[in-house]
Amino acid sequence: MNGGETMSPRARFLDAAARGELAFQRGANGEAVFPPRLVAPAGVSEPLEWARSDGLGAVHSVTLVHPRGEPVFALALVDLDEGFRMMARVDADDPATVAIGTRVRVGFRALDPDGPPLPIFTLAEGEA
Amino acid sequence: MSARGSVAVVGVAESDLGRVPDHTSPADLMAQAVSRALAACGLRLEDVDGLFATTSQLRMAPLALAEYLGLKPRYFDGTNIGGSSFQAHLAHAHAALDAGLCDVAVIAYGSTQRSVSRAAAAPREVNPWETPYRPILPTSAYALAAARHMHEYGTTRAQLAEVAVAARKWALLNPVAWEKEPLGIDEVLSARMISTPLTVRDCCLVTDGGGAMVLVRSDRARDLGVTPVFVLGHGTALAHQSISCMEDLTTTAAVHSGAAAFAMAGTGPDEMDVTILYDAFTITPILFLEDLGYCPKGEGGHFVSGGALAPGGRLAVNTNGGGLSYCHPGMWGILGMIEAVRQLQGGCGARQVPGAGLALAHGNGGVMSSQCTVIFGTEDTL
Repeated sequence: MNGGETMSPRARFLDAAARGELAFQRGANGEAVFPPRLVAPAGVSEPLEWARSDGLGAVHSVTLVHPRGEPVFALALVDLDEGFRMMARVDADDPATVAIGTRVRVGFRALDPDGPPLPIFTLAEGEA
Repeated sequence: MSARGSVAVVGVAESDLGRVPDHTSPADLMAQAVSRALAACGLRLEDVDGLFATTSQLRMAPLALAEYLGLKPRYFDGTNIGGSSFQAHLAHAHAALDAGLCDVAVIAYGSTQRSVSRAAAAPREVNPWETPYRPILPTSAYALAAARHMHEYGTTRAQLAEVAVAARKWALLNPVAWEKEPLGIDEVLSARMISTPLTVRDCCLVTDGGGAMVLVRSDRARDLGVTPVFVLGHGTALAHQSISCMEDLTTTAAVHSGAAAFAMAGTGPDEMDVTILYDAFTITPILFLEDLGYCPKGEGGHFVSGGALAPGGRLAVNTNGGGLSYCHPGMWGILGMIEAVRQLQGGCGARQVPGAGLALAHGNGGVMSSQCTVIFGTEDTL
């Protein structure tokens, strides 16, 4: 290492996820940025600062993925209340109940046995 | 700024399509298409001094093809922005020809993805923000856009299926199309689900194949004894790479590429006799009809209903049968341009649009990531 950074954006994000926190970034004027990065994109003011999401949002779009020989799952683009969007799975007893506009809450679990905990959403019915 | 009509396509050709013999290489198919395209206009390999090529299977396609064909091009470009790359190559070739950086430009593509499998032909990059959730890409990305379009505008699965059914009807008029049997809306709806709302019949084919086209400045084009097809306009636009970073799932950057192409050509969607819209999935022609201005946003599903895109319908779209039914080697943009040129040359047999004078060929790359539009014309519409 011969620069100023000690941790990659992805590593910081996973570090937060391991503590049960959904990390994102904000520009100097408060603009939400995701995925995390080293440099602010055009239209967003430096410096980027890390922030913690409350983990609540709404499904922007969803598709039920049908992998051969495996259970169907709901893959969504989730709009977090802080103003950023991310891809994630939404766990539900019946994936078909995950609809556009459905309120969801983040949780964390590993999808692969050796993988890190990842943000996975669940239904947050009744929550504002 | 390239000049409207200052360059022309003088030769186009497909390589062998469908399933090619084992161990055929992507460069074999590129070279075969180039050879056929040059033969179509009476030019020789020795004339080629501008080379434009890409494929998912060759990291440095211009090098591979130059070596194969023994070319030492003065100008070259291997831009890869997915399936719309060749529309971008055409725009770049136009500028290079206008600037005198080359005199004979060849654009080429080849893929053996059916022979070697999609996984081998086009391994996907790991995107740490998407890959761990195991989307079936690119299908799930287009499915997310389709689901959002259905939610916002009431578009139905039957309307998506109309796109596949129309493509099949055109394909039955094309002797080299992969699909040979009729297709009905119910068959699309009841086919194996991949990623809702898209079944396997909402998805483009997986075939081998390639194509090539030859461009020269228009004055020379008229001396070659062929029917030149003039480049009237083009527009290219980049939007995002990953579906999770697409700003608006129901509006593509074709809004920008189309507006630029029509402005340069001095024409509009109502004037197009032939319209080629990259149909990677049934949702894409619906989005592009809206974004290119053929109908208002949200009305694409209604527009395609009732066989509107099929032979005899209100708009001649994807007259070769499209990526859905003709062939889809993975980066279809050049095959759409080849069909547009052939329609304007008048050589399309049973599927010929009578008297076609203006054609649009729209390319899409990635997951609606890059959008590139080209408008072609004849001597009469120049």
